[in-house]
Amino acid sequence: MALPIQWIPHHPTLQSYRKVFSLFPFGKAILNSLFVSITFTVITVLSSSMAAFAIAKIRFKGAGAFFRMYLMSMMIPTQITLIPLFIIMSRLNLTNTYTSVISPSIFSAFSIFLLVQNLRSLPDDFMEAAKIDGASLWTIYFRVIMPMEKPVLATLVVTTFMGAWNDYLWPLVMLSDKTKMTLTLALNTLNGQYGTEYNVLMAGCLISMVPIIVVYIIAQTQMKQGITAGGVKG
Amino acid sequence: MAMKNKERKKIIQAIPFMLPSLVGMVLFSLLPMVIAIALSFTDWSGLGKFSFSMVSRQFIGLENYKRLLSQGEFWSAVGHVMYFVALYLPISFFFSMMVALLLNSGKKLSGLYRILYYIPVLTSWVAASLIWKWVLSSQYGVFNSILSIFGIQGPDWLTNKYWAMPGIVLASVWKDMGFYGLYIFGGLRTIDTGYYEAAQIDGAGKWVTLTRITIPLLSPTLFYCLIMSLINAFQLFPQVQIMTEGGPNGATQVPVERIYTYAFSYFKMGYAAAFSWLLFLIILVLTMVQLKAQKAWVHYEA
Repeated sequence: MALPIQWIPHHPTLQSYRKVFSLFPFGKAILNSLFVSITFTVITVLSSSMAAFAIAKIRFKGAGAFFRMYLMSMMIPTQITLIPLFIIMSRLNLTNTYTSVISPSIFSAFSIFLLVQNLRSLPDDFMEAAKIDGASLWTIYFRVIMPMEKPVLATLVVTTFMGAWNDYLWPLVMLSDKTKMTLTLALNTLNGQYGTEYNVLMAGCLISMVPIIVVYIIAQTQMKQGITAGGVKG
Repeated sequence: MAMKNKERKKIIQAIPFMLPSLVGMVLFSLLPMVIAIALSFTDWSGLGKFSFSMVSRQFIGLENYKRLLSQGEFWSAVGHVMYFVALYLPISFFFSMMVALLLNSGKKLSGLYRILYYIPVLTSWVAASLIWKWVLSSQYGVFNSILSIFGIQGPDWLTNKYWAMPGIVLASVWKDMGFYGLYIFGGLRTIDTGYYEAAQIDGAGKWVTLTRITIPLLSPTLFYCLIMSLINAFQLFPQVQIMTEGGPNGATQVPVERIYTYAFSYFKMGYAAAFSWLLFLIILVLTMVQLKAQKAWVHYEA
């Protein structure tokens, strides 16, 4: 480290990046994070959009009551469920597995809320047309509803992926095995061991930021495309 | 009768679509809630299996709550988070507003600014904390080095018990201003430009326009930001844990950090659970107060 600060480095080098990967199985941590975040996002999007479809489009008796119950559960803060979730995962012998980190993704009240609001604003005409053509509800869900929801789904993918990629507290409680650590945990371990080697730490930080920025920029183009293009008249 | 069959068919059709989220809600939301209540009345250490016979064996009634409320530590943790909120809210409001106004000024580069301000929002708190640990470091830090250009000797931010919390506030403002800024920017765009034209004709200056037109018309948006930042601020955790670990000398110990430490370092699960309920109660009361108080300053357009 140079003192005083050189705003423009005299000798730029990629040494720190090499060092990050040699100090810690950093490549493994990136793969772990990618696996956890992608699985987490896919499960959340599927489970939430299925529930939203049932609530907003099948409109079965009691759908409103279920929706209200889901909304109420949003009020329960994470710091209250943290310890009980740890207990549940230990009872199921799932500590130190990815299953424990990923499984809460199956229920996201916020995502269901977002999708139901969106679906309610979409016309039923497409669905009715598909029904007359003899399509099953699953076909309607995958082929008609999902494509129409694309802009909202893109938003949901970004926020969910971002939450999973950046999450710290839950994986910290669940994962202790060094080879299973996600990127945020790996960064924190680096901090503990090389707390003053800021060049190495910053290299690690920058690496951790790249994927999420890429996802954000890609998704933004999807979000803008939005709005059900054509199809229904009047 | 035909109607009833149709309804029944709909329910049967809906079941597979509802099943994943329902199972998830019971397992990861409802059940934890029940466990959290039961746990807070016990002195369970987290060792051994959690079961209902354990709860009845180690039941200590309201003892955890009594102990928490009578001990200084709980109140000092709440005090620290209140101090954080008192510093964070005005500074965050100021910078978020600046971001929003800059984006709204319609300059050529606003698309680029939008991404630049959003990068801290996208960054994980772990990376952001590490960056700020470096920025605020007294020896290598960028912040003090900039201050010294103006002849100001900066403090030892994170290792000084008076400056550690302001340091955490700076990092939090930096991380959040893009989020709230973009949200306020969205609110700004919904304001009818007619108001501004009328103000211009009446000869209102920039400051008057901002305080008499923009902020009142923006108040529903600002209210949402206030509620969100209050709820988030009370759950302050990763930045504290990574930047100061609650130190120096306990000066940045905050509720969630205490809950984590009690549960997973001291193995006082029951105590930690009771702590989390009290924190929830405080957040709930504050939110209720805000909802009541909004009548005084939030204007909803008819």
